[in-house]
Amino acid sequence: MMDSPQISPFIIFFASIITSNMVLTNFLGMCSFISISNEFKTASGLGKAVTLVMIFTTVINFAVYKFIVVPLELEYLRYVVFIIVIAASVQIIELAMDRFLPELHIKLGIFLPLITVNCAILGISLFMVIRDYNFLQSLLFGAGSGLGWWLAISTLAAIREKTNKSKVPAGLVGPGLTFIIIGLMAMAFMGFSGIFTIQ
Amino acid sequence: MKNDLRTVFYRNLWRENPVIRQILGICSALAVTNRLENSLVMGLGLMFVTAFSSFTLSALRNLIPDRIRMIVQTLVIAAYVIIVDIFIKANMPEISTALGPYVGLIITNCIIMGRAEAFARKNTPVISFFDGLFAGIGYTIILLCIALIREILGFGTVFGFNVNFLNFTNWTIMVVPPGAFFMIAIIIWIASGITNRGLKKKESKKEGAI
Repeated sequence: MMDSPQISPFIIFFASIITSNMVLTNFLGMCSFISISNEFKTASGLGKAVTLVMIFTTVINFAVYKFIVVPLELEYLRYVVFIIVIAASVQIIELAMDRFLPELHIKLGIFLPLITVNCAILGISLFMVIRDYNFLQSLLFGAGSGLGWWLAISTLAAIREKTNKSKVPAGLVGPGLTFIIIGLMAMAFMGFSGIFTIQ
Repeated sequence: MKNDLRTVFYRNLWRENPVIRQILGICSALAVTNRLENSLVMGLGLMFVTAFSSFTLSALRNLIPDRIRMIVQTLVIAAYVIIVDIFIKANMPEISTALGPYVGLIITNCIIMGRAEAFARKNTPVISFFDGLFAGIGYTIILLCIALIREILGFGTVFGFNVNFLNFTNWTIMVVPPGAFFMIAIIIWIASGITNRGLKKKESKKEGAI
């Protein structure tokens, strides 16, 4: 095992919200980012759910990887392990929410099953292993990435609510225009690079 | 709906191309396309996984109970992805570092799940194999188109060979993420432009006949 890179966890936190945003610079979680960004309210709900699941799964995957997978030398099975952990924790979160926070469950319930196949969630766990983060770094990396994803999808949805009413060339209607908006957003977020970077 | 080889081929490569029509598998399509080499390896990897996972899932389609089919699909896909990952790591270590986590993310690539759900569940193994293979080829072609333009403009090279004969300044925007978003938007625009023109022609022909 190599030593963890000595980056302050707080820099990781802010960098993963802004300069290394999951969706705008690493292109993770694009599928739902495009298809569920028509309405601000729904998009924001999905963002909240993703943030919650991301924090939860990063912590569990960190523990499972460090204490079960590495000691047994099963690193090549990590994809299978991570995907099962994610699917299981989404189920557990859904059950727990239904029992303890029924109001929140009604609001976020429909999004939870979708999150299992959101590549951002699996991506976070894989980045965590590749970059060899320690526990605090992983926790804040997961939290920051979740918040960054939430920020990005709500911004995109707010812009798309306006552009849905405007006239655009026929070929650009729908996904074409959305990609151009995302490109412009990514350029805006790039303006922050240089303040802090993680890689 | 007919499901012979030709319809499957045409559908996956153009009419329902996974990337530009259905907006599936975008994550990796954007992330690995700054170099042609990376895109080609990624495309071949995805082709292998879609083809064989469609074949396996179609062969098992009567044995898998409906309620747990998602988890079975994911496990079958994960098994093939592990094979691809180990193969790339062993034979092309440099590309493996460049691709980073995106090889592992083939598991959550919606194209594979999409083909398994929409096609392999209802069809025989051999045709499912080709359906998966052609979906992978459709994905690879779009990836190579984006990568070709991004690599020429961003680095002035094609597959690492210098083609910058005019000595223009490299466009940094093509190397960084926003360039990928703009390129895919342009390709989608071109594709739907061609389709729209085709539809208009058909309509005017009908009107003429009446």
